[in-house]
Amino acid sequence: MKGSDMGILEDISSALQRGNGKDVGKLVEEALAGRREPKEILDNGLIAGMNVIGQKYKDHEIFLPEVLLAAKAMYAGMDILKPLFLSGKMPTLGRVVIGTVQGDIHDIGKNLVCIMLRGAGFEVIDLGKDVAPKKFVDTAVNEGARVIGMSALLTTTMPVMKNVVELLKKDGLQSKIKTIIGGAPVSDEFARHIGADAYGYDSMQAVERIKRFFSEA
Amino acid sequence: MEPFLKRLANGEVLIADGAIGTMLMERGLEPGRPPESFNLTHPDVLEGVAREYLESGADIIQTNTFGGSRLKLQACGLGDRVLEINRNAVLAVRRAVGDSAYVYGSCGPTGQFLEPYGQVSVDEMYAVFKEQISALFGAGVDVICVETMSDLNEATCAIKAAKNSAQVPVMATMTFDHTPKGFYTIMGVTIKEAVKGLEEAGADVIGSNCGNGIDRMVAIAREFRQYTELPVAIQANAGIPELVGDRAVYPETPDFMAERAGELLSLGVSVIGGCCGTTPAHIRALRTAVDSLRR
Repeated sequence: MKGSDMGILEDISSALQRGNGKDVGKLVEEALAGRREPKEILDNGLIAGMNVIGQKYKDHEIFLPEVLLAAKAMYAGMDILKPLFLSGKMPTLGRVVIGTVQGDIHDIGKNLVCIMLRGAGFEVIDLGKDVAPKKFVDTAVNEGARVIGMSALLTTTMPVMKNVVELLKKDGLQSKIKTIIGGAPVSDEFARHIGADAYGYDSMQAVERIKRFFSEA
Repeated sequence: MEPFLKRLANGEVLIADGAIGTMLMERGLEPGRPPESFNLTHPDVLEGVAREYLESGADIIQTNTFGGSRLKLQACGLGDRVLEINRNAVLAVRRAVGDSAYVYGSCGPTGQFLEPYGQVSVDEMYAVFKEQISALFGAGVDVICVETMSDLNEATCAIKAAKNSAQVPVMATMTFDHTPKGFYTIMGVTIKEAVKGLEEAGADVIGSNCGNGIDRMVAIAREFRQYTELPVAIQANAGIPELVGDRAVYPETPDFMAERAGELLSLGVSVIGGCCGTTPAHIRALRTAVDSLRR
């Protein structure tokens, strides 16, 4: 590929990083008119831009507002691309079920992980907050997801995470469906204690560890 | 009771209370139910919790209205009960404390983001806080406490709503994360920016609550002091939860917190209290430490 050919994809990435959804939409249309493949636009435009956003967020160069705006811009681009893929499904690194555990209604952290996962190319089924253990497991099974991500912000709700892990064990699904936990009161130690497969200290680490699940499999 | 701000201006240090949510859970609040639902069903429990904090030596007792804004209550189907929820909370604390402590009306974040990164306009945010704060004021709070804020614009909406609809002092505290680059809220607000914004919005007392144990709060207080002449309020968590057996436990004991309280005093902090993980025992220890240091 000639250097100049990357031009428009880089423009998409930087418009996304500026959180300008309008420009992202326009540039994606333009790239499509210039016969760029949707997959290429997704990977080298949108996901590339979110990669930078994720890294800058991790480095405390930017904060939640910039991430939220970038996410909006990313969705603006994805909405245009989505119908162009065969069967209307975006190519994905894998499917992840995610939610805040039962009894807990905090969702900023969980939403951030959703953004970063989608921005990394995963398909995310977001069950929202106050999610019962059975719903995590049933959804993962029915949707063929290989990972369940759980969030809790309260010391009083974090024990629910263990119930999800136990339910997977009971159904013999532990080797097929991996679990990752996150949230202010939980830790690597807690993950080990309840038998979860991983802990994500922050949204970026969660994405890295989920990527590792898929590369190990 | 002498006016709140006058006592602070005289150099008094006031002790605020500790956590409420965990106290309510120990008294039957089911996980997943909003703590504010107790304001409708169990005002007697609220009264009991307030009495415990009063007896442990708090000068300021907060209302159980952290999530008492329409936007927050809507998420759990209680959006049309704003008036009762806030009113009942104030009345319960007042029954417990009479005029032996200040009742402060807690006003936490809505859980929604302002435009352009969220869906809520500044006007709507302002109106939502105005509704809650009017209810708190109407029921007789002594102080409005805008707390646990991470977005300066949202905090500004709440402070302005309080200044315009409640003729009582306004305390405003934000929650900071420690990063290698210093303290920031999750929305990226520095302490310097927080001081400027909270002052400009009209807060009478400013500071920080939640998110940090006492040691980091000392560092936060030092930075606040560097930038402001206003009275500073600090309400620390009892540390960051640690795993003990099966349970996550807040590690900072009442004695540990009380020991560090001297540093807050020497920085000239005016309001000292607790947040997540603190109990009446913490407040009692703070009370004792502050009294003995200032004698």
